Amino acid sequence: MIPANFEYHRAGSVDEALSLLATHDGNAKVLSGGHSLIPALKLRLNQPAALVDIARIAALRYIRQDGNHIAIGAASTHKDIATSALLAQHLSMMPQAAGMIGDPQVRNVGTIGGSIAHADPAADWPGVLLAADAEIVLQSASGKRSLAAQDFFLGFFTTALAEGELVTEIRIPIPAAGTKSTYQKFSQPASRFAIVGCAAVVQVSNGTCSHVRVAFNGVSDSCFRDGNVEKALEGKAATAENIAAAAAQAAQGVSILSDHYAAEDYRTHLAQVFAKRALSAVAG
Amino acid sequence: MSVKISVTINGKKYTSQVEPRQLLVYYLREALSLTGAHVGCDTSSCGACTVLIDGNAVKSCTTLAVQVDGTQVTTVEGLAKNGTLHPIQEGFRQEHGLQCGFCTPGMIMSAADLLQNNPNPSETEIRHALEGNFCRCTGYHNIVRSIQWAAKKLQETNAAVL
Ligand SMILES: Cc1cc2nc3c(=O)[nH]c(=O)nc-3n(C[C@H](O)[C@H](O)[C@H](O)COP(=O)(O)OP(=O)(O)OC[C@H]3O[C@@H](n4cnc5c(N)ncnc54)[C@H](O)[C@@H]3O)c2cc1C
Ligand code: FES
Ligand code: FES
Repeated sequence: MIPANFEYHRAGSVDEALSLLATHDGNAKVLSGGHSLIPALKLRLNQPAALVDIARIAALRYIRQDGNHIAIGAASTHKDIATSALLAQHLSMMPQAAGMIGDPQVRNVGTIGGSIAHADPAADWPGVLLAADAEIVLQSASGKRSLAAQDFFLGFFTTALAEGELVTEIRIPIPAAGTKSTYQKFSQPASRFAIVGCAAVVQVSNGTCSHVRVAFNGVSDSCFRDGNVEKALEGKAATAENIAAAAAQAAQGVSILSDHYAAEDYRTHLAQVFAKRALSAVAG
Repeated sequence: MSVKISVTINGKKYTSQVEPRQLLVYYLREALSLTGAHVGCDTSSCGACTVLIDGNAVKSCTTLAVQVDGTQVTTVEGLAKNGTLHPIQEGFRQEHGLQCGFCTPGMIMSAADLLQNNPNPSETEIRHALEGNFCRCTGYHNIVRSIQWAAKKLQETNAAVL
């Protein structure tokens, strides 16, 4: 399969990337790891006039502490995140989720910025970033803005990214001491995309759960935070009964995806099972 | 409009004019006659097209030739030195790690990525490292043994993978 013709530009800096995007006035696409875009180009689902390659912009590839946040450059690969000691220390669900994406070849080149810009409902980063209270930093020729992950992911392959705008950074507040996080996933056996992926963050102090965050990938047409599960456990004792009761509330009141891997009722069941596994891992 | 790229492949520098849409695997196979990287699925799934880019295993059917401008690429053709098989290749021979051989170059390049990062992998780690490579013949057991053979050989001889 051969893509349609396009021009190729490799940007050396964020400014250069933004001006290249502006020059092409909506007809250029950003190329990062290419592991969602190139398959789409090969199928000619997408036929942009130009690609602007940002993968080698060194200023977009870092994972560092920035005050009480961890800042991740958009061009950081899944492998960079899987092997980050800083993230392993503060938010272990990040390296854990990264290590479950696709396969080693995909993790070597696929990037977090590309994944969230693509917003595949079965991708792993969206739900993880919701549970992490992440902010997404966006930059365009007219300036910078920052959105809560909740306001960035708008639906099925849909985000708040505007034409000509780049995801430049993901910012994650460092959780309070005693907070644990996990990502548990039921993978599609061939691609390893999430049929159900559950990210959970809980702080347990003196046996009581607080700061409960539970978010899903793969279950609905977009990632979502599951307020019913969170409310059911917030302020409660970290016991197996309370975890089971909270997990039983999972995936209520949302539209559930259905395909030949998992029908609606089976997916709902999996969401409850994976919520229980995730909560047991962080609060059990 | 074609673009000029310069890339070092198996230690040799190539400068070529390529169309931006040309996939790396076709650049290797058709422009340079390096036919070691195979096209199995052409949809990023099977790993038969795996090559190393700056030491990292990547599927060359999902990479544009323009993306490797200025990098070092290693294909299976670059592993044997002076007519002697690379220890990973020798491992596949000793442990009967191939039947039809179609998946083998990709398996070997994924093994090279693994052994650079993890010189003494467990069986489970080897199996995880091969998640992006499909074999339709062997059932994987002998591929795992081949990589164990290579890991042992590389350690005994204190040799670098690349
Ligand atoms: C075999 C296979 C298995 C996979 N399995 C999984 C899996 O299990 N879980 C999972 O989550 N993903 C999986 N993926 C997807 C993979 O993680 C992709 O790498 C990722 O979705 C896209 O990142 P990228 O850097 O490759 O982006 P690209 O493919 O380069 O870009 C994707 C889209 O985002 C845009 N874009 C890229 N970067 C930016 C930016 N910084 N700002 C604005 N727009 C941008 C592009 O224009 C394009 O529209 C898999 C992919 C393959 C091929
Ligand atoms: S041919 Fe590239 S992954 Fe199958
Ligand atoms: S040996 Fe035939 S596909 Fe692996």
